Amino acid sequence: MALLTSSKILTSIGAQAPALGALQLRASSWWSEVQMGPPDPILGVTEAFKRDTNPKKMNLGVGAYRDDQGKPYVLSCVHKAEAQIAAKKLDKEYLPIGGLADFSKACAQLALGPDNEVLKSGRSITVQTISGTGSLRVGANFVSRFHNAARDVYLPKPSWGNHTPIFRDAGIQLKAYTYYDPKTCGFDFKGALDDISKIPEKSLIVLHACAHNPTGVDPRPEQWKEMAAVIKKRNLLVFFDMAYQGFASGDIDRDAWAVRYFIEQGHNVILSQSFAKNMGLYGERVGGFTVVCKDAEEAKRVESQLKILIRPIYSNPPMNGARIASTILNTPELYKEWLEEVKGMADRIIRMREMLVSNLKKEGSTHNWQHVIDQIGMFCFTGLKPEQVERLTKEFSIYMTKDGRISVAGVTSGNVGYLAHAIHAVTK
Amino acid sequence: MSIFGEVPQADPVAVFKLTADFREDQSPNKVNLGVGAYRTDDCQPWVLPVVRKVEKIIAEDHSLNHEYLPILGLPEFRSSASKIALGADSPAIRENRVGAVQCLGGTGALKIGAEFLRRWYNGTDNTKTPVYVSAPTWENHNAVFSNSGFEDIRPYKYWDGEKRGLDLAGLLGDLESAPDHSIFVLHACAHNPTGTDPTQDQWKKIADIMKRKNLFAFFDSAYQGFASGNLDQDAWAVRYFMSHGFELFCAQSFSKNFGLYNERVGNLTVVAKDQDNLNHVLSQMEKIVRITWSNPPSQGARLVAITLNSPELFAEWKDNVKTMADRVLLMRAQLKDKLKSLGTPGTWEHITEQIGMFSFTGLNPKQVEYMIKEKHVYLMASGRINMCGLTSKNIDYVAESIHEAVTRVQ
Repeated sequence: MALLTSSKILTSIGAQAPALGALQLRASSWWSEVQMGPPDPILGVTEAFKRDTNPKKMNLGVGAYRDDQGKPYVLSCVHKAEAQIAAKKLDKEYLPIGGLADFSKACAQLALGPDNEVLKSGRSITVQTISGTGSLRVGANFVSRFHNAARDVYLPKPSWGNHTPIFRDAGIQLKAYTYYDPKTCGFDFKGALDDISKIPEKSLIVLHACAHNPTGVDPRPEQWKEMAAVIKKRNLLVFFDMAYQGFASGDIDRDAWAVRYFIEQGHNVILSQSFAKNMGLYGERVGGFTVVCKDAEEAKRVESQLKILIRPIYSNPPMNGARIASTILNTPELYKEWLEEVKGMADRIIRMREMLVSNLKKEGSTHNWQHVIDQIGMFCFTGLKPEQVERLTKEFSIYMTKDGRISVAGVTSGNVGYLAHAIHAVTK
Repeated sequence: MSIFGEVPQADPVAVFKLTADFREDQSPNKVNLGVGAYRTDDCQPWVLPVVRKVEKIIAEDHSLNHEYLPILGLPEFRSSASKIALGADSPAIRENRVGAVQCLGGTGALKIGAEFLRRWYNGTDNTKTPVYVSAPTWENHNAVFSNSGFEDIRPYKYWDGEKRGLDLAGLLGDLESAPDHSIFVLHACAHNPTGTDPTQDQWKKIADIMKRKNLFAFFDSAYQGFASGNLDQDAWAVRYFMSHGFELFCAQSFSKNFGLYNERVGNLTVVAKDQDNLNHVLSQMEKIVRITWSNPPSQGARLVAITLNSPELFAEWKDNVKTMADRVLLMRAQLKDKLKSLGTPGTWEHITEQIGMFSFTGLNPKQVEYMIKEKHVYLMASGRINMCGLTSKNIDYVAESIHEAVTRVQ
């Protein structure tokens, strides 16, 4: 107590008598040298949006689905699952470290297909994780600790902003392979193959399974096939990030095609899944991390180490969201309803893409906006430059990330006209 | 050739293996005194009545959805949780120098605190800064700090096995000899696994040395309310440090006192010197959270926030907590009485002197093995028992088993 109240006196004395400056240091804060961290670029967009008072404002920042009224959408199958769960009056006992078994099993089946040989032979392990981020975190730490080879991870250029700090914090060096072609706003297939063919053996390569974030640009099946062959030749460890299964094309099997093809071709992949978007369970933090192993025995060893990794981070995962997801995936009527609802969300996004392009044409834009329709999933890499993005925000209260990425989910039939008008204004 | 060909099989986490073994045991007499979760007198998990009530409130509120929480968590949860730890009238809160991060349980709060300290505590690389944990301590403390990059994790004397109590002289001695600026993990109340807490006078001595030597106080508060039955009493140590000018962290868990184990409800309360410092700290913690789990789960935090912010529900919750604490106190009293009346060798005062969920019985590993193998009474190798596993129906059997173990096995 004495130190606290006398610190003011000590400060002024310290200025006059340097010897007493040492005392001043002791009374000062531990945290004086802590710099103010920069706001998160993606979530920071939403904060700025909230402060804006313009009634026409649009939030095209963070990737959360909105219905055609611009409102968050709680899926009907989620409501039903919640009611079913509530009626059971379950207890709240700790889950195992690896999470809810029913959930992990269904999670793997969703990704790989229920008849997948990997699941039948038991040569994979899936643990419940804290949504996609938690899955990547566990995955990065696992690879860093146990991958007995190269220490570098290759991300597509560009990739989700959070990939970089996650891998870096796990002690893995960041490298990149060509992916997006700004000239076409599409996939630079040749560039990607060229870069991938030079990646040192046994490196880690991250592939977005579908609906690439942030560009919305996905390889076509024939392109995936060639990439799989080159990656096989280079003997790379494939880390699939699948945050949008079902959300991209509206078809869960189609969206998981690349993951399944790679496994078929003999790649023992590692995989992150998120149910934030496709089940609208964002804040419940539902995800999975899967390692496809050589055999069941290896899977058991890997599982034991994943638990050792998870325990000192958060001990065991949260029940609520996993229980909801598990109920949906394991109850035929709810599963069916979910598939319809996920398709509904994907279809609305596709419709908004089409409407945006037709409105831009109506505005008189002479630019080629085909990429808006060709790209897939929640995000669209518009091709807008930072100055144009800034104008959109300042003059029209339209919020997006500086790289020109928009979340199409934030577009509605009510505001697509305004958006087209604004984009045309800053690009004509 | 698999890239994971060299991955060794890891040992299972002891406390969970114990429960797994218990489950497989076919004996009708089996008793699980292992993992730390509350049980009713029927040996059942107990979802607090107030929790069921609030779950219904949440389910019927159609304005709620499943959108992302902010990175640092639900604001009304963070502030009300910090008030629980520091007191609603805390001067530090009034001075706007208290903040918090909603985390995944107490473990998650320790994790975020540890990651922050390693990056920012005393200079920007604290990998060599000593972290002191009590001997013994919760078995996960070590891993939380070592996995966060700390290379020098040391024990501080705590449990005196001979006298079955606090080794105060040893503790104070280790504080004195610790390098200045070392980090100390302190159990706010109901020490896990020993159940032995410093008295108020002893806490004062601890605080004096820590202040003088600039040792950092990182409180682990997993049992507030659960220890004595009184929230304020259980928070005395944290509040004493706060009111004596310490900048500190307090990792709070609502797993036990709200019975919300699997919803992972935790709060890292940060007491800083002033608001500016606080904001800098929180901004850096945000970055750490973003690469760990992005943002925390909403269900449990909503539950706690609604409860704490409603006078009626808050009163009901305190009552539920007291119910749990009282049952534990009753089991302690009865176990001690039974051991005394059996004439079991040794002193058993520590059973009622210790506090909270756990008791360090003093049984040695051989005696523990006897308990498990011969009597099907499951407890940790350290001799730690979870008092909640005792019921009016099994307490005689457990007392007899302890008696046998002590008299037959040396």
